[in-house]
Amino acid sequence: MTTVAVPAWTRRRALALIERNFMIYRRSVTPLLNALVEPILYLLSIGVGVGMLVGTVPGVDVPYAAYVGPAILATTAMNTAFNQTSFGVFIRMRVEKTYEAILPTPLSVTDIAVGEVTSAMINGLLTSIGFLTLMAVGGLVTSAWVLLALPASLLISYAFAAGGLAVTTYLRDFPDFQYIQLFMLPMYLFATTFYPLSVYPEAVRPLIQALPLYHSIELVREPALGHLSWDLLIPVAYLLAFGSVAMYVATRRMTRAMLR
Amino acid sequence: MVSTHPLVEARDLTKVYPARGSTPEFRAVDGIDFALERGESFGLLGPNGAGKSTTMRMIAATSPISGGSLRVLGMDPMKQGPEIRARLGVVTQDDHLDNELTVRENLHIYGRYFGLPRAVIRERATRLLDFAQLQEKAGDQVETLSGGMRRRLTIARSLINEPDILLLDEPTTGLDPQARHILWDRLFQLKQQGVTLILTTHYMDEAEQLCDRLVVVDHGRIVAQGSPQELIHRYATREVLELRFRLDERDTAAEKLRTSVLATGGTDAEGRVELLPDRVLVYTADGEAALATVHAMSLTPLTALVRRATLEDVFLKLTGRSLIE
Amino acid sequence: MLRVFRYWVTLYRRTWRGSIVINVLNPLLFLIGIGAGLGALVDDNAPAQIAGVSYAAFFAPGMLAAAAMQNAFLEGSAGVARAAGFGAYRSATPTPLRPEQLAAGHLLFITFRVLIASGAFIVVMAAFGLIGGWWALGALLGATLTGVAFAAPAAAWAVGVRKLRHIDTVFRFVIMPLYMFSGTFFAVSQLPEWIRPVSYLLPLWHGVELCRTLSLGTATITGSSVHIAYLLTLAIGGFLVARVTYRRRLHP
Repeated sequence: MTTVAVPAWTRRRALALIERNFMIYRRSVTPLLNALVEPILYLLSIGVGVGMLVGTVPGVDVPYAAYVGPAILATTAMNTAFNQTSFGVFIRMRVEKTYEAILPTPLSVTDIAVGEVTSAMINGLLTSIGFLTLMAVGGLVTSAWVLLALPASLLISYAFAAGGLAVTTYLRDFPDFQYIQLFMLPMYLFATTFYPLSVYPEAVRPLIQALPLYHSIELVREPALGHLSWDLLIPVAYLLAFGSVAMYVATRRMTRAMLR
Repeated sequence: MVSTHPLVEARDLTKVYPARGSTPEFRAVDGIDFALERGESFGLLGPNGAGKSTTMRMIAATSPISGGSLRVLGMDPMKQGPEIRARLGVVTQDDHLDNELTVRENLHIYGRYFGLPRAVIRERATRLLDFAQLQEKAGDQVETLSGGMRRRLTIARSLINEPDILLLDEPTTGLDPQARHILWDRLFQLKQQGVTLILTTHYMDEAEQLCDRLVVVDHGRIVAQGSPQELIHRYATREVLELRFRLDERDTAAEKLRTSVLATGGTDAEGRVELLPDRVLVYTADGEAALATVHAMSLTPLTALVRRATLEDVFLKLTGRSLIE
Repeated sequence: MLRVFRYWVTLYRRTWRGSIVINVLNPLLFLIGIGAGLGALVDDNAPAQIAGVSYAAFFAPGMLAAAAMQNAFLEGSAGVARAAGFGAYRSATPTPLRPEQLAAGHLLFITFRVLIASGAFIVVMAAFGLIGGWWALGALLGATLTGVAFAAPAAAWAVGVRKLRHIDTVFRFVIMPLYMFSGTFFAVSQLPEWIRPVSYLLPLWHGVELCRTLSLGTATITGSSVHIAYLLTLAIGGFLVARVTYRRRLHP
């Protein structure tokens, strides 16, 4: 296939697209607050409400809500980033045709992809900061290492923003988003968000451990509970690899689709 | 910097869309040659699907070429796309304005895509809003603009980087007459300022007003080129007689005309008769004389109109079909 | 009205594969993920703590009612707004169909959809042994009624909505909190005393209670009558308002 080569000096132009996305956000904080509503509801109703019935998770000596909180933080970073590069990009690509106007500028398709993923990462970080603040206010922070959740949220956002972008290049129409839901919802429910891996039968565990959200949760929850170990490099490596492969697929497919 | 080579030079330029599933291979552009000098205003004319937009996209370095060679501003669009695009202004067929932003913000962010400093953009945006007669709309959401205003904003936006070449793909399609005239006026002003224009259109009056040189394309190939006057001179007669007949008389009248001296030449060496679904065109040096001949054949047209030949006639002759199908 | 209903059924037959994801799979995943998964922790900690049954048996009928609410709300709001904006209602406006027939037909269709989805969910509940007996079939009607109680007011409102974004907002700020705090995941009796009366006013709480008591076989005539009366009032009231708002939007 033919690609239009892009010299490195245009890379910084991806910044212009980030500027565009934040020009829209600057006008109101609603999107940011919106992204926080659902996780807060889950934290209150399942973390606190059902938490009263759960007591403590076996092997974990903190209240259930403090166990669930970091996992919900990871899912928040995931959803914020993913939504921006799936729904958001799909609308800009197919409905608003925003990129059609950008293509004739010096920005390359790669710049567009990098710009979108970076904006999504910034958003993921901002919602994570918001959620972490609320967790702290609610007394759900038990270790100072929870601050590692912020760099972690950038990494999670990277992986899922790139993943969202790659998936979006395969979508034809809005109903196709339901198939994404078919993957995202079970992952949300089953990737140890609400209970530990030990609940699952031995045979099922590798399946759960293959999920990107599982690693995202590990990366936030372990430090949040004060457990630091070299094992954390596994989710770091996993998410980096996942994001980079997705980024490669996304850029390739977007270039092919847009530079016809 | 004065360069000796043309601004745009295409040799045997080809674009092939490979077969995909049940869609067969499609040669959108099939080996075209042209060269464009600085300050020229160049028009690509052709029916829908002739390959105009594809050619424009290749020049704009947003569509890879399949064959032949193309140099834009002395550079290779396949290798130096971003450098070329940095010096072009592009107005695509659809406006593709950023609906989430205001009018001024649209100009601002577009300037940012070109890496321009904010202060420069601010100064240019004010000037361009003036040029596009959109000063009062500067703070409005783009959604609230009329079609003509959107178009003018798109053109203003494409000028933010002070391009060497402005590419316009059907700039006035879908606009009402007033909006078109305002737009032509703006484009003419740019032309006066020495901006090099490349435009596609299927409005002949537009081509005649704005283009110094035209290329007529059909099925991806160039079928004629020259200035509007040259083309009319070469492919049409001085005058055209348009005749309309009653439905029941039409076929016999057409038959008679086709075998008459009007079609075969006779006294008028350039004569020719064209049958259209709704009327008959008689190409002639002298329309009144031709009409007299028609009457002499005891034909009684419902209406008869003598007019000067236009590019539209050239077009009909060259492609055998009307521009908008 | 039946013609309108048939139109929607025809449409549904073409798109069911997509909607089945949301309507049936969604609540099922919650049933497994929360009911079974989280339920394992709950039951380990305090077996049969709530209502004397497993957490899954407690949670399932709550989810049944909550899913009915969500499905009915989405179709009653987004579905109606789309139909009114550029879909079926537009093409039906110049025909002899009256706006209230359009409203009734569409609501009938939503009822039918909720009924099917709830039925599927109850079959799964039964397969997992999560229902008390034949009484649970009453929960099917309870869930359907809950759906209508949300669909009718939603339609009455949404027929005038021109921006789908507004529906998103209502879903996020009204439907989601209802879903979370109407006794779906945990009993309202767990809430602090001062806030409980608020819960008793929530329409979904009535739906959840109705379904749960019927499913567990603990329903009382008085209790169920109150729930049914509350939900019926919403459904009928919603429809009466919809008659007016439909006319206002479609025959301005």
